[in-house]
Amino acid sequence: MRAHHDLGGRPAGPIDRAERALEPWEKRVDAMFQLLSSPERGIIRVDELRRGIEGLGAGEYDQLAYYERWITVIANLLLEKGVLTTDELSRKLDDVRARTVATP
Amino acid sequence: MFDEHDHEHDHGQGLAHTLAHTKQPDVEDLPATEAQLLETSVRELLLEKGVFQGSDLRQTLETIDSWTPALGARLVARAWIDPAFKARLLSDAQAAARELGIDPGSTHLVVLENTPERHNLVVCTLCSCYPRRILGLPPDWYKSRAYRSRAVREPRAVLAEFGTVLPDGVAVHVHDSTADLRYLVLPVRPVGTDAMSESELAALVTRDSMIGVALPRGSSSP
Amino acid sequence: MISRFAPGDRVAVRRSESPGHIRTPYYVRGRVGVVERICGPFPNPEELAFGRNGQPARPLYRIRFRQTAVWPNYVGPPDDSIEVEIYEHWLEPA
Repeated sequence: MRAHHDLGGRPAGPIDRAERALEPWEKRVDAMFQLLSSPERGIIRVDELRRGIEGLGAGEYDQLAYYERWITVIANLLLEKGVLTTDELSRKLDDVRARTVATP
Repeated sequence: MFDEHDHEHDHGQGLAHTLAHTKQPDVEDLPATEAQLLETSVRELLLEKGVFQGSDLRQTLETIDSWTPALGARLVARAWIDPAFKARLLSDAQAAARELGIDPGSTHLVVLENTPERHNLVVCTLCSCYPRRILGLPPDWYKSRAYRSRAVREPRAVLAEFGTVLPDGVAVHVHDSTADLRYLVLPVRPVGTDAMSESELAALVTRDSMIGVALPRGSSSP
Repeated sequence: MISRFAPGDRVAVRRSESPGHIRTPYYVRGRVGVVERICGPFPNPEELAFGRNGQPARPLYRIRFRQTAVWPNYVGPPDDSIEVEIYEHWLEPA
């Protein structure tokens, strides 16, 4: 069966050509990935990021925006590799949520 | 709706009171999505652990900002006026870029020459591979389902959607960046630009003409 | 690097389907094209994707296909083409 991300030749509608500047958080995701995948650090490879995005499943792949996919997969890879523990991440998320107004 | 609260706490009335109790539409106050919360969390943890420093992150953000289509436009303009440079650009684009002080990093950059018989178009159907160090970060449409699906299947319809109509007799060559090579299109120099300076020529070269969905400014219609 | 194919060789893309990180797009599987150039040896992304080092490097080729050979009812002249980089282990002689 064809993988969900393998889009060449799939039926699709018009191309939305609207331009926008990236939001700061999106650029930070990109920058963090560059740092994590730098030759000096070599913590994550771009191929691992791609594989992770491909493995998100059709629903998440379609519903998440581009850099939402990236940060989701980066977090999972960091957990897989033991750079972060789930306990650390969950406590940090709790802390960040408490400081931030969450989307209902 | 923000309204009364009971005044059990002791504070003054007037401006201070108003500021303390009026929601300021500040960036930090805007609702955050799960992904944004995750970005903040991952970033803070990585900084705390010293995986990278704040200065590394700032520097990387500045580097990203330095990547713009103006870099690619300089390569194109130089190639248009200097045939020997153009030959070097087509055979070893990384070295040619460095000649102009542009750092392609480890990108395997390949420049595709448009001719009166051949029009090149670049896509990455599997993800969004793009010559970022030469053109900057890609636009949303390049990463979109619709472009990735259709650019390989019906390139001429995609070009038409961008307002690009090619003359008769021009073949369209689509390049799907499936591996480490990154492609930059060298558009055809518009007719009637012989008197232009190199920087005037560079101003004609749009990002979209280096992806291949458009022609440079000043190109005549067929 | 010893490469199995040379520029100008007719090659077919294997029809295989499999889980894993695969950089051979579905739309060219089973299609026949021509080696446009040998790109050189690259670490195997199918292995890099799982944190392994992708060695030994695999030969990568740029394969040119006529669009009319790839898509039914392609709209455009016969010399419209599509070029895709494909690893040697996805190619067979045609």
